[in-house]
Amino acid sequence: VSRLRRLGPALFAPVLAVIVAVLISSAVMAALQVNPLKVFEVMVDFGQTPSQQITALVVIVNRAIPLFLAGLAVAVAFRMNLFNIGVEGQYRLATIIAAAAGAAVSLPAPVHVVFIVVVAMLVAALWAGLVAVLKVTRGVSEVISSIMLNFVALGLASYLLTGPFRGSAPASNIVSTSQIPESGWVPSLNWIFDALGLANPPRQLYGFLILAAVVGVAISVLLNRTRFGYDLRASGMSPSAASASGVNASGMVVKTMLLSGAVAGLIGLPDLLGATHAYTTNFTAGLGFLGIAVALLGRNKPGGIAFAALLFAFLDRALVPLQIAAFPASVVTIIQGTIVLAVVIANEVARRVTRRAAERGTAEAAAPTTGPTPGGSTDARQEVQA
Amino acid sequence: MSTVLTTPEAPGRRSLTELLTGGSRARRLIWLIGGAVVVLAAVRLISGENDLTSSSTMSAALLLAVPIGLAALGGLFSERAGVVNIGLEGMMILGTWGAGWAGYQWGWEAALLGGVLFGALGGLLHALATVTFGVDHVISGVAINILAAGIARFLSELLYTDNPAGGGVTQSPALSSKPPTVSLPILSSGPDLLGKVEQHHWFLISDVAGVLRGVTNNVGVLTVLAVLLIPASYLLLWRTAFGLRLRSCGENPWAADTLGVAVYRTKYIAVVISGALAGMGGVFLVFIAGIYRENQTGGRGFIGLAALIFGNWRPGGLAVGASLFGYSDALQLRSPAAVVALLLLVAVLLAYLTVTQAMKGNVLQSAIAGVIAVAALIGFLTIDVLPPGIVSFTPHLTTLLVLSLASQRLRPPQADGLVYRRGES
Repeated sequence: VSRLRRLGPALFAPVLAVIVAVLISSAVMAALQVNPLKVFEVMVDFGQTPSQQITALVVIVNRAIPLFLAGLAVAVAFRMNLFNIGVEGQYRLATIIAAAAGAAVSLPAPVHVVFIVVVAMLVAALWAGLVAVLKVTRGVSEVISSIMLNFVALGLASYLLTGPFRGSAPASNIVSTSQIPESGWVPSLNWIFDALGLANPPRQLYGFLILAAVVGVAISVLLNRTRFGYDLRASGMSPSAASASGVNASGMVVKTMLLSGAVAGLIGLPDLLGATHAYTTNFTAGLGFLGIAVALLGRNKPGGIAFAALLFAFLDRALVPLQIAAFPASVVTIIQGTIVLAVVIANEVARRVTRRAAERGTAEAAAPTTGPTPGGSTDARQEVQA
Repeated sequence: MSTVLTTPEAPGRRSLTELLTGGSRARRLIWLIGGAVVVLAAVRLISGENDLTSSSTMSAALLLAVPIGLAALGGLFSERAGVVNIGLEGMMILGTWGAGWAGYQWGWEAALLGGVLFGALGGLLHALATVTFGVDHVISGVAINILAAGIARFLSELLYTDNPAGGGVTQSPALSSKPPTVSLPILSSGPDLLGKVEQHHWFLISDVAGVLRGVTNNVGVLTVLAVLLIPASYLLLWRTAFGLRLRSCGENPWAADTLGVAVYRTKYIAVVISGALAGMGGVFLVFIAGIYRENQTGGRGFIGLAALIFGNWRPGGLAVGASLFGYSDALQLRSPAAVVALLLLVAVLLAYLTVTQAMKGNVLQSAIAGVIAVAALIGFLTIDVLPPGIVSFTPHLTTLLVLSLASQRLRPPQADGLVYRRGES
């Protein structure tokens, strides 16, 4: 029962936010004479045959994998009150350099994949590390510097793609890096469908799913079960208390940003190693910004982020069907944006409700001797336990 | 005898240092700008890149500085009232859309009104989330940026796809009228005396003429308005009771509350003004292009925020910041070759930092600055033209560089970014 009671407020905020977002976007659509019910009908219509339905599910999961990694990268920094808005630039730069490096070497299959993954993580971690170094040595706000480094990274990526890393013929329409040899591909997981006796869809389910799950578990363990994770969360909640207990604040900023960047480096790899095998001009963009939304919706916890990523992927899948049905596809962006705004407001309201309840609880328990505890400390203790 | 000689010298030296580093902010600002022109003139002479101070670059710089300056001014109102506004970019996007929508139907005056109104709505949303609901300011701002892009896309898709006036999913029909422009008579139009002086490429004199002609020839009305808004904001924020109340909300809202300031209402007003100014920045971009286009803002809201920080949360400072970023943007657009000459400037600035940090004993920082300075110098000597991908981020890299050089002496409003709840501390 106590478990359920603790889960209550955690679930309450996101669910409320999604409902509010759906209502608001319905109102917007209705005001602009678009029938919201028909739009939602298109969104949940996965097709007639089992093969079509499973294809739709695969599309959602494939989209959710990078979103999950993006959310995770943002969340790691969020947990210590750092805003890594630079995830977008970090993963784009990491992906193109990893793509070029992967195409340039020939290694046996598993080593090749590991090599590409390591290169991507290193590049993104270093890029994020710049933000941390500027913050601790020069006092530059990480929000501004990571935004500026986004522009620099995107400019660099476009320079690298059209310049030194160009692998496509000069006349071709789409500029791309050279193809990564097959030993560097991550095989699909479609054998699962055969094993389960389901229709095997033409769409390939990314094998990166397994790695993403491993990363999610690893981050969860690191944050909740290790000294480093404890220091990180403590620095996020109260920098002064953390440094008083011997945590090196500057060191934590650098380490956290390196970790956040390393995770960000993985974002582009599901698509790169599972489908495109080369970085092109129209490589998936915008995952870094969506990652912020996903992290907020998932309340910065790996489990929540996974759900949020699936929800956003579900919304994204509707883009093409909506276009085919002649509805404005940007409805999806509106819903996503409203969800984010609604969820941050709902989180804040829920936090205040639980805090008030906790204050009442301590006040009753401690009433005879000390009286009510000041709000701040109860709150902090609760968050540590949760 | 010696005493007689030294006594006049000592006050003389003191007044010189006073002149350079002390005194009022305004005087220091004038020295800073004067110094920048001299250094630029020298770099132009050494590198031979006349575009560095040509009037065409300068007028482009002014055009590009105005939207950044307006966004920064918006940030000033909001952050002086204690609300961090990362959502400036989103409010600017709303401003561009509003301007495009109203402008193609009813001309440029309506475009101005529409953009300001749309921006203000974005500000209202930010105020609702941060002031009423107490949401973290950065999170709310990020959400507004995502939402604003979505709203602009959605409305365009809905209203412009089958519009007989033109436009499409990513752009509006063209504005139905253009805003008028003004020029300074005699000096930069008609006989155009400044233009003639500029043609001679004399050291310093032609440079000053180029700068002056650039900012006085064919200037749009909105530019004039934007430039006037800077001193106006100073007067409003630092010389009126309203301004004092607004700033007190940013420094210590609890104390302001006990003195009877309506903190919530003041913050609301400040953030709505902030959105309106950012929206006006968006209108300006639409005026340049004569049309609303998706991604027209290109991160200028964020650069505006950086200009605000660079300017130490003061109107004069943010104007200098905006000019700097506008200038580097103009340079990369007009003459990629001249960007290489900027490397020389970077080398000089970083060499200065190397020396000052070494004198303070920060060996690591001094070494890093020194290495980059040498790299910039080598770059200047060896590179002819930078590839377009790299030139495109000149203003952003400039922002970063300037911030990392300036950031430590800045002082934000005391309660900037703190969530204020009445009755809680």
